[in-house]
Amino acid sequence: MPATAYDAEKFFRGLVDAGLIIPVGVPGIFGRNHVFEDVLDRFNKLVTDLAKNDGAEYFVYPPAIDRKVLEKVDYMDSFPDLAGTVFSFKGKELTARQLSEAIHNGESWEQYESMTDVVLNPAACYPVYPSFTGTVPREGKLVTMFNWVFRNEPSQEPTRMQSFRVREFVRCGTPDQVVEWRDMWLQRGLHLLESLGLPAHSEVASDPFFGKGGKMLAASQRQQKLKFEVTAPVISEEKPTALCSFNFHQEHFGEAFHIRTEDGEVANTACLGFGLERVVMALFQAHGFDPEKWRSEVHDKLWP
Amino acid sequence: MGNESKIRAILKEHGRLAKDVDTLDDNADLYQAGMTSHASVNVMLALEGEFDVEFPDEMLKRSSFESIAAIASVVDSLTAASA
Repeated sequence: MPATAYDAEKFFRGLVDAGLIIPVGVPGIFGRNHVFEDVLDRFNKLVTDLAKNDGAEYFVYPPAIDRKVLEKVDYMDSFPDLAGTVFSFKGKELTARQLSEAIHNGESWEQYESMTDVVLNPAACYPVYPSFTGTVPREGKLVTMFNWVFRNEPSQEPTRMQSFRVREFVRCGTPDQVVEWRDMWLQRGLHLLESLGLPAHSEVASDPFFGKGGKMLAASQRQQKLKFEVTAPVISEEKPTALCSFNFHQEHFGEAFHIRTEDGEVANTACLGFGLERVVMALFQAHGFDPEKWRSEVHDKLWP
Repeated sequence: MGNESKIRAILKEHGRLAKDVDTLDDNADLYQAGMTSHASVNVMLALEGEFDVEFPDEMLKRSSFESIAAIASVVDSLTAASA
């Protein structure tokens, strides 16, 4: 029995009333309580268990990354509207007083700030690519990460967050290595979510590229089947929410960061990421807001 | 200047091709010649400016830009529609 019969507003209200999320005043940003975090940790652990024999190296990166990474991967060509560029104050004390005065007078103060060398990380896989520069070993590379991601898309809709966590895997190597790994995980991801009582499906997808040119990029991405998503209903049955996303980047990052395979070719990469808050929300929607009352096969899988 | 030569000039400026556009025949695959998806967006926007047309959504696909001949045929149909 879905918690709120697929109504975005009721679902948001339900999460708040159950104390699971705590609004902070800005859409798409909220706190999470211990119950929410416990489900998230348990799901993340299931993912770790699934991948335990894969030999992935584990990394955690902070929410801010080198601005040059964003520039190198053409992020601003594709998603200029989603980027979170960090600005700060670099002036002298007199100007700091003017800044303070502007704020206290309720005036705009953006003119007192300038761009820093960091941006909020918009995609969980980005921070690791600079470390791949050079030649990857014959068996390729496999890493996994637990990273905060930022996207400037304020929305009242609870699954469309500005800041959220992704459990990410990145594979780097020959095209065959990368695609075989992606296909293996597509099945794994689907089975994992199904085993938690979620009606999951996989489908070809595209990124929300900016503008009219973006429609072209999205059509090209779909046609080449470069992106897949595993979805489940959270706020709508007709338009299920992407819980896990699989991207085959071909040579995009290999070229940007000078990554080569042993035979001297530009390396291919692919990544997959579980949107952890979304998985948790899908579970609350499917099984109700109190995990203690979830049916035993779902509860026992998360809390064995 | 005919449409093909205008298209070649746009490709030279915006296509980021790995090869000299003058060495390509009208049916050569532009993606094979190094045009990326992002470059094809710039080509599309430049074509809109040059020919004073608007690409409708159904033409914003890979095949519309795969060769000089393909681009010329799309441009012809758009200029005919707006004439």
